[in-house]
Amino acid sequence: MKRINIGYFIKEGFLSVFSHGLMSFAAVCMIVACLVIMGSFSLLAKNVDVNLKQLEDDNEFLVYIDENYTDVQIAQLQKQVEAVDNVASVKFSTREEAKANLVEKYGNNGLYATMPDEVLRDRFSVHVVDLERFTETVDAVCALPGVAGHRAEGELAEGFVAVRNAVTALAWVLIAILAAVSLFIIANTIRLATFTRREEIAIMKMCGATDGFVRGPFIVEGLILGLMGALVAFLLQWVVYGAVCRAIITSGALALFELLEFSDIWNWVLGVFVAAGAAIGALGSGFAIRRFLQV
Amino acid sequence: MIRLIDVHKEYDNGTKALKGIDLRIEDGEFVFLVGPSGSGKSTIVKLLTAEAVASQGRVIVNGYNLNNIRRWQIPYMRRTLGVIFQDFRLIDKKTVQGNLEFAMRTIGAGGREMRKRIPYVLDLVGLDGKADAFPNEMSGGEQQRVAIARALVNNPRMIIADEPTGNLDPKRSLEIMTLLERINSMGTTMLVVTHEKDLVNRFSKRVVAIKDGELVRDGQGGYYRV
Repeated sequence: MKRINIGYFIKEGFLSVFSHGLMSFAAVCMIVACLVIMGSFSLLAKNVDVNLKQLEDDNEFLVYIDENYTDVQIAQLQKQVEAVDNVASVKFSTREEAKANLVEKYGNNGLYATMPDEVLRDRFSVHVVDLERFTETVDAVCALPGVAGHRAEGELAEGFVAVRNAVTALAWVLIAILAAVSLFIIANTIRLATFTRREEIAIMKMCGATDGFVRGPFIVEGLILGLMGALVAFLLQWVVYGAVCRAIITSGALALFELLEFSDIWNWVLGVFVAAGAAIGALGSGFAIRRFLQV
Repeated sequence: MIRLIDVHKEYDNGTKALKGIDLRIEDGEFVFLVGPSGSGKSTIVKLLTAEAVASQGRVIVNGYNLNNIRRWQIPYMRRTLGVIFQDFRLIDKKTVQGNLEFAMRTIGAGGREMRKRIPYVLDLVGLDGKADAFPNEMSGGEQQRVAIARALVNNPRMIIADEPTGNLDPKRSLEIMTLLERINSMGTTMLVVTHEKDLVNRFSKRVVAIKDGELVRDGQGGYYRV
């Protein structure tokens, strides 16, 4: 007599979604609103993160080489620098190349053009892997024999790290709050729908239904609502993101800010929305039904 | 089989609903549980269906000790019972067949079992040919027959009927009680909670009377007297 009736759960779940149309619509709207708000913050955080990563990649420090070092010694020193932990890449420039770079960067306005090459030193441009370990990496490189000096914007690097960490933390806090709010709203919406069916639940319990059997169709209902909400939210997010990007590009604001194309991240957004929608729907239903199982 | 041993029940608001009830009902018995409103009849039903827990004493139903029953065991204990309510508690949007299928499905019955069992039970309660009717298209007596069919459909060892004729006229009440007696004669233990004096006196069954939470009378072939 005893068997798990998945087909029954799915059938009842679908029937329930459509037989309580208004409640279902309200629940889907709530899920859509929460997912779009959550998604917008996530996309903002993602864009900030990508741009900060690019800035981090541009961040380097210069290591000046002892003037008495020969080419052979410089090549050995480069190998030593490359071997230092957290060093991503090392690029050697002669003093002549360094001067040419300065002239190119700041213009041939006489100051750099007339400056003798001897004023500058041969140097390495060093990129790091993890910006959070920037200072310790600089110290490790500067401790090598043959390093005559260095120029490192440690505060700038720390600033990047701080901004990225703050944005990431803010995004996670907002996502957590919105997820909790979504869960609360969906739980209450489904609880309202469930309230009208408490008599059915009481009858089922009195006939000997297990909690799992009673809960099954409600979980399926929540899953369906969550998935419907996720799909609608995805389409809406696509439209909203596209509109915001177009507005930013057209206005010329944030010209240095590189925006991610939605076509590059749609699968990521869809995956997160579907997972979040399904989880919110199923968990919300689970919470909503709990009180009515105490029969 | 039911055993209540020195059962007390005190609700959270301090009301003492039961004060040391001792009761034993054997398999196959037909017992009327009578008493005035507020005497503790409904509390006994709640204890027997595990909707409430005794404050003191032991409650044993069909081999389940309800004092230390685990939550997951309660559905299996309830499957040994069929419960009938005064207000029928049918699902209006489902047909008679749908209501019975609903009850059978809750314990995992399959389609073949339903097709076999439901016509038999409907015939037993005198509702042959009413499978496709909705509850609100039926009289009170017929609705109570559907409720009895639902209680019977999972083949319980015992039926607990809580004021089953409370909403019916005397003629329908007699029909329902006769039906319950017939079901009892087929081996199902019957506990009928009622305060309908005429019916109790007419059927000459064992009568257990409670008043103010205490058992005041327990007699075979008895009559209604508290």
